[in-house]
Amino acid sequence: MNSRNSADRGTPWTFVRPAVPDRSWSGWRGFASTRGPVYGAALIIALLCLLPIGFIVTIALQAGWDAASALLLRPRVGHLLLNTLLLELCTLPAALTLALAFAWLTERTTLPAARLLSWLAIAPLAVPAFVHSYGWITLVPSMNGLPAAVLVSVLAYTPFVYLPVTAQLRRLDPALEDAAASLGLDPLAIFCRVILPQLRLGLCAGGMLVALHLLAEYGLFALIRFETLTTAIMDQFQSAHSAPLANLLGGVLVLGCLALMAIESLIRGAGRYARLGPGAARRAPRRDLGPLTVPALVFFLSWAVLSLAVPGGTILRWLAAGGWSVWTPSLALAFTQTILLSLAGALLTTAAAAPIAWLSVRAPGRLQRLLETCHSYVGSLPGVVVGLALVTVTVSVALPLYQTMLTLLLAYMLLFLPRALAGLRPSLAQAPIELERAAMALGRTHWQAFFVITLRIAAPGAAASLALVGLGASTELTATLMLAPNGVNTLATGFWSLTNEIDYAAAAPYAAMMILASLPLTIILRNQSMRVSGR
Amino acid sequence: MHNRRHFFVSIASALVLCQMLAAPASAQQTTLVVYNAQHPSLTQGWVDAFTKETGIAVTLRNGNDTQLGNQIVQEGERTPADVFLTENSPSMVLVDNAGLLAPLSPETLAGVEPQFRPSHGRWTGVAARATIFVYDKRKLTQDALPKSLMDLAGAGWKGRWAASPSGGDFQAIVGAMLELKGEDATLTWLKAMKQNAVIYRGNSVAMKAVNAGEADGAIIYHYYWIGDQARTGENSGNLAVHYFGNQDPGAFVSISTAGVLKTSKQPAAAQALVKWIAGRKGQDFVLTGSAYVYPVGEGITANERLKPMVDLQAPKIDPAKLDSRKVSELMIAAGLL
Repeated sequence: MNSRNSADRGTPWTFVRPAVPDRSWSGWRGFASTRGPVYGAALIIALLCLLPIGFIVTIALQAGWDAASALLLRPRVGHLLLNTLLLELCTLPAALTLALAFAWLTERTTLPAARLLSWLAIAPLAVPAFVHSYGWITLVPSMNGLPAAVLVSVLAYTPFVYLPVTAQLRRLDPALEDAAASLGLDPLAIFCRVILPQLRLGLCAGGMLVALHLLAEYGLFALIRFETLTTAIMDQFQSAHSAPLANLLGGVLVLGCLALMAIESLIRGAGRYARLGPGAARRAPRRDLGPLTVPALVFFLSWAVLSLAVPGGTILRWLAAGGWSVWTPSLALAFTQTILLSLAGALLTTAAAAPIAWLSVRAPGRLQRLLETCHSYVGSLPGVVVGLALVTVTVSVALPLYQTMLTLLLAYMLLFLPRALAGLRPSLAQAPIELERAAMALGRTHWQAFFVITLRIAAPGAAASLALVGLGASTELTATLMLAPNGVNTLATGFWSLTNEIDYAAAAPYAAMMILASLPLTIILRNQSMRVSGR
Repeated sequence: MHNRRHFFVSIASALVLCQMLAAPASAQQTTLVVYNAQHPSLTQGWVDAFTKETGIAVTLRNGNDTQLGNQIVQEGERTPADVFLTENSPSMVLVDNAGLLAPLSPETLAGVEPQFRPSHGRWTGVAARATIFVYDKRKLTQDALPKSLMDLAGAGWKGRWAASPSGGDFQAIVGAMLELKGEDATLTWLKAMKQNAVIYRGNSVAMKAVNAGEADGAIIYHYYWIGDQARTGENSGNLAVHYFGNQDPGAFVSISTAGVLKTSKQPAAAQALVKWIAGRKGQDFVLTGSAYVYPVGEGITANERLKPMVDLQAPKIDPAKLDSRKVSELMIAAGLL
């Protein structure tokens, strides 16, 4: 099977292995010597990933129906649920529509400087969500409630939808649209009936990411005084530490995540989106907007003002007001600690993702899929739930780990495993097993061959994984607030405690440094999504 | 082969890095761990001066009263904390009721006025703060002010006053109300508050909102106002202060406290820190700088910007009776938490 593939595709370096179990490695000896330990490692990580959900289930069982219903079945919890639901219902359509508009304008029209415009659509990602809020409450101090929450969420999260939708729009074969046009559909109908359905996967993926962020975000909503489940959990944690109410609300939040995942898989459906037919697809033609060019440019300009100039301007204003005195030694310390923590978190997470990434490429199967699901579900849990689980478990069962860096790093690992997988897997898939076999034929053991060959070929993927995780960890707020060891302050927690004392000037350099740290992530994400689209 | 060595070297260094990071504040033998619910800036000033004088290093874990109090209780005898500093007494009482505090040295207690410390001597006050009603001078006149904190439950106050109920500060005031007026009256008041109050996260945020015209007044402690006035006044320029007086729950004076954990592995250093804070040098800090709280030291007078303690007409309340758990229960029942 493999030889046929490599013959078809030319050099052995470029083909991606088909998802068929490799027979030559099966059998007990092969299993015991190589796959066994890898499975073992993946199993351990998968069990760690089950910790938060196990914790929630245990809490619910321990509390019992009476106590749980007394704490959960009351108007305030209904109010929180309603707020969270309204937030999702108002933000998602707006973000999806806006992202679609951006994608269409930058990919399918002859707008000048389309490349620059596409950067404008993505750039707000470099601003942590709670820094967006900080910008807005400086500008309009009385901003609060649902409208404010929706506005800031749309500004902060629309790029999450823009990225996958643009990538998908690029890959569409315009032949389908031509066929629809020749059958008499007008452009609007073509957009609605031909293009839009083909973008379903991108819209679902992006929409899901936004929906999960809305559930998990704390800082953004706390600053503009909009109560969601997550802000209520943090309030409860900050007044009673690990108490039944916070933990039970965490359980409700997890149910919310699961419901979202179920809805997403329903909407996503199982349709076919791959092109049929020979040759490569043509590039889609770009449409001249004519007199609409100016309004379209104004549209982008107002987006840039709202999503970039507001937070950027606020930070510059406070930096100017604060002068040199806000660049304190504790800022430098927070910076160093953030870098160290993110780096260590990235190393740990990448190492933890390696076994399952390897299995998914070299030995896909039912057990592997099950283990992989464990790895990826945990990434959609809010930081606050992972934080609660680790605090409670370490304080009551594993005390030596309590308040250690290791526990905080473990939280980062759980939260960012899917990112590491996404970075690692494509590179691992590109490492041909034949080279490993050749190395073994020359006398290397399995492990030597793996380290010498495969690991080197996968190095760029590992680098991508390190970057994706490290940059995510550098602006993480909730889990870090809950788990940071004594005396540890990151840029995010430092920023947070200063904004709580409304010392906005002193918080500004923290915000500026977080944006600097997030810039590379934005660039990597954009390049990744554009590379997948092949152009 | 060479590459493999590289690889193992990098793995090994990564492990060493992780281990360094994993060591739980590895220098714990020489460093005091303080769970600090006081304003970080004030405590940082205290411990910096203390470290300079004694050479004893201090690591702060910052949080708020009820969070850190409950955390110490959950950690129990395994808590890494040597010293606990609170903004309000209820959380210290919570820790004391769990039997986790060591008696303070008699010299420490001798320097503190008896009204600011319990007679059993397991913790001491280190500062005091007065409850106030700050209001927007443009909207309220003297005669329209509430006579009592209880008045804010009236229907006329709907949507007009601000507070930060998730914080330990406000919960201490509710504790005083619970002690003075009883459980039923307090729960009724809290339910009315749920209807009437505009909720903010943090006292300074509530004050800033009143200054910006979002509400007519706010229940906060005095030093948020005085501190802002002393700095730029940008968050309090439109505000005036109303003291309830008259032994009202709204005239409650809250005690900021310090205690030494009995499980501390460095009791001498921990006692020294508390003695230093409650002593002359620590008390000088609360008079000046940006703190503006009332000192508790024997014979020390407050900053002249502050209304004299005797004129506050604060209600007499035994701090040990402020029941933070009950307050939290009532606030959950009223839908505020």
